[in-house]
Amino acid sequence: MDAEADSMANPYVIYPATIVGKIREAEDINTYRLRFVDEQARRQFRFKAGQFNMVYLFGVGEVAISIVSDPDEPALLDHTIRAVGRITKAIADLRTGDVLGIRGPFGQGWPLEEARGRNMVIVTGGLGCAPVVGAIEYILRRRTQYGSVTILHGVKTPQDLLYRERFDAWRRFPDTEVLLTSDQPDKSWSYHIGVVTELFELVSIDPPKSIVLMCGPEIMMRLGVPILIRRGIPATAIYVSLERHMECGIGLCGHCQMGPYFLCKDGPVMRYDRVAQWLGRTGV
Amino acid sequence: MATRPTTQFGTERTGICIMSIASEMRGILPTANLQRLLDALSAKGYRIIGPTAHDGSVVWETVRSVSDLPIGWRDQQEPGRYRLEQTASQEVFGVVHGPQSLKPFVFAPREPLLQIERTKDGFAPRQMIPQLEKVAVIGARACDLAGLTVQDRIFLNDAYRDPYYAARREGLFVIAVNCVRALSTCFCASMETGPRAKTGFDLALTEVDDRLLIEAGSEAGFDLLSDLSLSPAPQKLLDEAATRVDACGHSQVRRLERSRLPQALYDAHEHPRWDDVAGCCLACTNCTMVCPTCFCHAAEETPDLDHQQTAHVRLWDSCFTQEHGYIHGKNIRPTIKDRYRMWLTHKLASWIDQFGMSGCVGCGRCITWCPVGIDLTEELSALLVPASRSSVTSQQVEGP
Ligand code: SF4
Ligand code: SF4
Ligand code: FES
Repeated sequence: MDAEADSMANPYVIYPATIVGKIREAEDINTYRLRFVDEQARRQFRFKAGQFNMVYLFGVGEVAISIVSDPDEPALLDHTIRAVGRITKAIADLRTGDVLGIRGPFGQGWPLEEARGRNMVIVTGGLGCAPVVGAIEYILRRRTQYGSVTILHGVKTPQDLLYRERFDAWRRFPDTEVLLTSDQPDKSWSYHIGVVTELFELVSIDPPKSIVLMCGPEIMMRLGVPILIRRGIPATAIYVSLERHMECGIGLCGHCQMGPYFLCKDGPVMRYDRVAQWLGRTGV
Repeated sequence: MATRPTTQFGTERTGICIMSIASEMRGILPTANLQRLLDALSAKGYRIIGPTAHDGSVVWETVRSVSDLPIGWRDQQEPGRYRLEQTASQEVFGVVHGPQSLKPFVFAPREPLLQIERTKDGFAPRQMIPQLEKVAVIGARACDLAGLTVQDRIFLNDAYRDPYYAARREGLFVIAVNCVRALSTCFCASMETGPRAKTGFDLALTEVDDRLLIEAGSEAGFDLLSDLSLSPAPQKLLDEAATRVDACGHSQVRRLERSRLPQALYDAHEHPRWDDVAGCCLACTNCTMVCPTCFCHAAEETPDLDHQQTAHVRLWDSCFTQEHGYIHGKNIRPTIKDRYRMWLTHKLASWIDQFGMSGCVGCGRCITWCPVGIDLTEELSALLVPASRSSVTSQQVEGP
């Protein structure tokens, strides 16, 4: 059976993919470059920026990981994986040449095509936010198609700052601003001090022209979004990437629910006005 | 289930007067001859499954003869209590239901999805889609059919079609029984899902004393009915059957106030009642396991000892488990209060937004099988009373 017909008929089928590159991002974070073993799957796989795959390790299980590579080059798929759980820790031991499995792509990603021509305000907090790294790379690779780019990133301690070289590289793009802040800095810290929402005061935002992408702890969204709205950015121009456990990726297992949504199929990126009432609620 | 027989009438039987069409869709079978129906099903290649009395409750099992069915037994159900009692009657379908709905036949409690073998290229998955098996279930209730409709919506008619569910569903032939006696826990009338089986069945039976009124609800059911060449049902019997089913609906003592759902329950998120019910709930998961509509499941990986083969399996899960709300490093729903609220809010409110229908069909199973007898209809009534009134001391609280 050919790969496409096969996966359309059965969304549970997993396709083997070889690790053709492994890039160390931090102590426990690696980016894996994957290539389907099956030639047909390689040819037919297409995805949109911000979608995710279920990444599978033989005999261990599956985990949802966003695709951070460029959708125009779908033959090679990059996934940045932090070793935090049983499956991701086992994946951390793999090397180039080993084989993982892929099922996907799933979910709704960032509205990067719709956002062409707009000013991009990208707000992230906490430990490296892989989904947003993919979005930034996507935008900067198409730099002329977007307005100004403002990247605001907050960490607790300087040790939490990942992708330092990437931030430095991004800052060199034209009309691109990168602001970093730490709320528990040490002497080595040469950037801003405070939480990420305080950076809003330091940048000029043109509300009707801007699209905001946010990724990080829910508390950052809950506190940060109202400030942006007060500055005149409509709730419908703010997109947040949300996190829930995903077991199936196809809206059937019930684990990724947030209020009336299944984040695997309605998200993980959601327009803020659709989720505003659920964000502040405990146990939702 | 096959499509309704209207097309057949429309093509082959044009010209037949309406009265005789209607009478051909139903017939009368003396209860003493029920074996004829079972034999006709066997002759068509169906494995027959029906209610059987076992260890104090009824469970679905393969039945070959009418004597396998719980003749003369009745169930009494109350919050936290299930009792079977023998009566002197010869009633075949006196037991309303046991803990199982139709769910296990289509959404299997344990479904191997893939058998994956190590190869030189990595691995090769084999799809474990179940072989088509013709299964006829006799004795399903209207609430069970409604539950099946809900599960069809989720597994067959959402973003992705589940091929495992579809394979099991395809072979299923449902013989419903219209209820003529309600349990104290039933509230299908208020959910408009029963007690009469309206759609989704192949055949429907109504037991009226020593006779069974049989109606066809699908083409396959109509074929089977034709094979039996039953005598037509006299109007008097039809009327009597209708009266008894209606009376069953009216006799129900519980009802669910759903006119203000989903919003009223979303609005009750901070209601103090959640703390009260959390104080009783054991988070045992029984309510989700017996529910005809709950669909949550988890994935499990079971490699062989030599790690050359591994099975990728899905298993029923429940929002009452610790793990359900777990996400690396934190639990979205760490307390029983969080989980009970998730369960009730999903069943009665967010389900409507997700699937355009309620996640509760009014079968009452979660009330009966709850070890401490928590009653969702009562919880909802309390939650619909604004918190400002019910948060004051209990003596001052007005009833709903
Ligand atoms: S979240 Fe709970 S109530 Fe909803 S389907 Fe899953 S187990 Fe049932
Ligand atoms: S929630 Fe309870 S009463 Fe409603 S369908 Fe499920 S088990 Fe039956
Ligand atoms: S991950 Fe299974 S429903 Fe979303």
